[in-house]
Formats: sequence, structure tokens, C-alpha cells
Amino acid sequence: MTAKIKSFPGTSLSEEDFDQGKILFNFDELNGKFAWDTGIAIGRYLASLKDGVILGARCGTCRKIVVPPRVVCEWCFRPMQEYVPLQDTGTVNTFSLCYVTWDMQRVKNPEIPAVIEIDGASPLHGIMHLLGEVDPQKIHIGMRVKAVWKNARERGGAITDILYFKPLEEV
Amino acid sequence: MTMRKVAVVGAGMTRFVRRALETPKELAWQASRMALESCELTLEDVEAVCLGTAPDSFDGIHMNGEYLSDGAGAWRKPYMRSYVGGGTGVFVPIQGWYHVASGLFDIVLVVAEEKMSSYYPHAQAAFITIFDHTTERPLKPNLLWIFALEMNRYMTMYGISKADIARVSVQHKRNAAHHPCALLGDANITVEDVLNSEVLAWPVQRYDVSPVSDGAVAVVLAAEHVAKRLTDKPVWIEGVGWNLDTAHWTNRDLVYPRYVEYAARMAYEMAGIREPKKEIHIAEPYDPFDYKALHHLEGLQLAERGQAPQLYIDGTAALDGNMPVCPSGGLLGVGNPIAAAGLMKIAELFWQLRGEAGGRQVPGQPRRGIAQAWGDLMQVGTVVIMGR
Repeated sequence: MTAKIKSFPGTSLSEEDFDQGKILFNFDELNGKFAWDTGIAIGRYLASLKDGVILGARCGTCRKIVVPPRVVCEWCFRPMQEYVPLQDTGTVNTFSLCYVTWDMQRVKNPEIPAVIEIDGASPLHGIMHLLGEVDPQKIHIGMRVKAVWKNARERGGAITDILYFKPLEEV
Repeated sequence: MTMRKVAVVGAGMTRFVRRALETPKELAWQASRMALESCELTLEDVEAVCLGTAPDSFDGIHMNGEYLSDGAGAWRKPYMRSYVGGGTGVFVPIQGWYHVASGLFDIVLVVAEEKMSSYYPHAQAAFITIFDHTTERPLKPNLLWIFALEMNRYMTMYGISKADIARVSVQHKRNAAHHPCALLGDANITVEDVLNSEVLAWPVQRYDVSPVSDGAVAVVLAAEHVAKRLTDKPVWIEGVGWNLDTAHWTNRDLVYPRYVEYAARMAYEMAGIREPKKEIHIAEPYDPFDYKALHHLEGLQLAERGQAPQLYIDGTAALDGNMPVCPSGGLLGVGNPIAAAGLMKIAELFWQLRGEAGGRQVPGQPRRGIAQAWGDLMQVGTVVIMGR
């Protein structure tokens, strides 16, 4: 049918159409404010971060140790009742050098998000966080890293109590 | 379980553009009108409507399904919106399929619409709400992060070069040059153009990514006895599958999309396909990023793990190859109005299998094709197999 149809609907606009007032539009900001309860497992996770500990949870049936902790094992659907303190070291599973912020602002020095497999958790079980104090060109998958924490007094029980992860050995 | 045979009998789509003058309802109506006209039906013949559209946050409209309902011709009919993130565009025809296969309805209109441009200044920022609000969002994550993280894991673990991944983008954008609705068709683009484009989130560069777009697509599904009266070229839905993996995406290996494999196996079993590499003649894997097409070809069992780039290197994936991949031009070339982009792949298989795809027609009278989409937080696979 695409072969038979000569014209398709859909009218393309450009930025100029907006800048020069060629079309009318309605601009508004939606003001959404939320206070999310941490819940049971993530509440424990955050409280532990405040104490400088990354907390996991162990499934007594699957014997997996997951991070962050959760109240139910998504695989066997049984309750996860055992919390396990993990190391604050780990291995870079993957990373990126990101030159745009979450709202598409360009930045010169890249943010370095990574998935870090946490020591003490099951293989391939990690968290998303940032890398720092590192030459971006020298990061590699498999690199050993350690958490850099905020000062104990400044920690508020949040994932940002870890500032970033840095290489364990000098790179 | 007895299921009725279901055919696609009509399709329509708008052009995919960066910013459309038309409202979401107007886009949905244009695609729906075209789909009905293509099989000479009117809205009175339609017994139920299935609608797909992605997050409400793009439009800033709560209950977007209800908002779009008149554009989709849904009033005073059984109507339902489905949503599985980027997988929506290939899930909504599955929903339409079981409406008809079950015997509930004989004719169902399936509509997918997306208008991403309303979110100001860029739809990217709307995606922050897909991340966990407590454990991830404080890090100010960017949608590009998860793709860059997955791409890096994929290319590093298998030793795949950026240049080989760039071939995907080149081929899809070249194919799109023949698609009348395409936003980024380019017959002359080269691997060097991709490798020299702006670095957004290494290893992701500008031309590795599909564009934010507005657009709509619609198809008409009919039960066998109706389809055979409507057209002598029905295209049958031979298999469907869908599958969801854990939302704890940092607790599994991103190198391989197991959920796509499970969705594909469900669809292959239904279609009676034992050797996908031989029995699938056209593949339309989901390609919002170039590496994603490769990742998904492996999940779909159309390439061994880590070997999908070979399909592009040896010409298998070319328009005149043994198994053309994304002859439409895909999301990389035609554009990525999320839900509409997935349904565009269904429309493409419909046109290709009927021999109506014009300048991008796959030669050799292909008999069977597969379309796949992917989404949510790196976790959902949706698959449809179509044949004539």
C-alpha cells in the first residue's frame, strides 16, 4: 500500500515556527510534588547507607544475595527475611562517559555512570552509581572499585551517601 | 485451546516527524482513517478498538488512552489501552490478536500513537521517572545511561567494534530513504558519518540513536472468515509472544536479552517454527539504538550470541540479502514515536509480505516475517510473527 499512496498525513513543524510565532501554543508547567515512603526493605537499605554499609538480602530458597534488598524474591516469590551486610567494594560491570545531563544539557566533563557488582552479593548483582577520581580513558570493565562515602555526619540515609566509587588501586 | 486464525487486512500511518502540527488525537485519526480505507471498511464495521501509547508523562495528560479514544474511533465500543513501555507497539497488535482469536470480535482496529514533542524542551527529561525514585533518581540518571551501559557491556564482552555496530545505523537509514514517512532516511550515510557524530554517552553517539518523533500507525485485524471476504491477500498473524524480566536491571547480565528469547520462543512454538534462521525471511527487530538491533537478533535466535554483526558484514541483513533486517528503515531511519514505531514494524511486514513496499520491497516473494519491540526498564520483549 505504501507503494500506492502518494501523500501521507502529518505536518512537520520547525523550531522557527515557534520562535517566530507562526503557530499558537499553550505553555504550562505541571507542578508535581511527592514524598515517597521508603518501605521496609529499602528503608533498611537507606538506614544502612547512613551507617556506611551497603546492605543486601539473601533468599533462603534460591540462595541468591541481591542488592538492593527486597522483601520478596522475584524468582521464587518467597519472603526474603535475611539482610546481609555487603562490602563497599566491587567490580565495574559496565560504564559510560555521558556528556549530556538528564535534561539534555551538554557538559564538558562527562558524568560516569556505571553498574558496579558489589562484593558479597551474588555474581552479576550490582547497583547503578557513579565513578569518580578516575581518568575516564583508563576505566575498563572488570576494574576494581571502592565506595567514597560522605562524612558520617552529613549522611542522610540516601543513595547519595555514597558520593561515587573510585578505583581500588592507582590507575 | 482452539484459537481462530487472525489476519492483518489493512494498514495506515502518518509521516514520522520531529514535531507535528497535528494533536495526538488528529494523528491517531489520520492513521486509523487510512487503515480502514485501505481495506474498504468503515468504523461501523469495527467491533472493538485496541490502543497503544507510551508514558503519559510525554503528553502531560493523565489517562492518555481516554484522551485519544475519539481519534482512535473508540467511542461506544469495547476499548482498551495497553502499555509496556517501548514494547507497546508490538504488544497492542497482540492484544488485538487475542480479541479476535478468542472469538469475541471479528474485526478489531489497532491504533498506536505517540507525540513526544510536547514535553518541553526535550522528551529526554520525561524519562527520569522510569528510574526508581529512591535508589536511582537521586543520581540524576539519563535515559541514555542505560543504553550506553548495555551497549558497552555487549560490545566489550563479545569484542565487537563500534564500526561494526555503526553498520546497522547506516543500513537502516539507507533503507529508510525509500520510506515515504521517514524522518531520517539517508541514502548516502556512511560508517564514518556515524563514528564522527557527536558523542552523547560513550559508546553512544548521535547517529547510533533514533530520533524523538511524533506519529501514528493503525492496522485492521480480522477473523479468517471475514479476512478472506475482504482481501485475497490477507497476512496472517502466525505467532505471538511476550515476556517480562526483573526490574532490578542491575542484578542480571545486560549482555543478552533473555526476555526477548522467551517471547520469541513462545511465538515460534505457536507458529510451528523450529529453525528460525531458515524460516524467517524478514526481520524487523526493535532498533532504537543500532546495537539494540543486534542484541535483539540474538535474542530472537536469528544469530548466535555475539555474532549478529556478521549478518550486516556478509550482506545477509541487506535489502536483497537472505534475511533482510529492518527493510522499513527501522526506528533509526523512519523515526521513533515509541508505540507507533513498534506498530510501524507490523505495518511494514504487512506491506512487504503483500509485495506493496515500493522502493524498499524485499525481492523473492518473502513468505514470513518477524517483528519485535522492547521496553520498560530493559526488561520486556514483545514478538509477532506474520506470514502469507
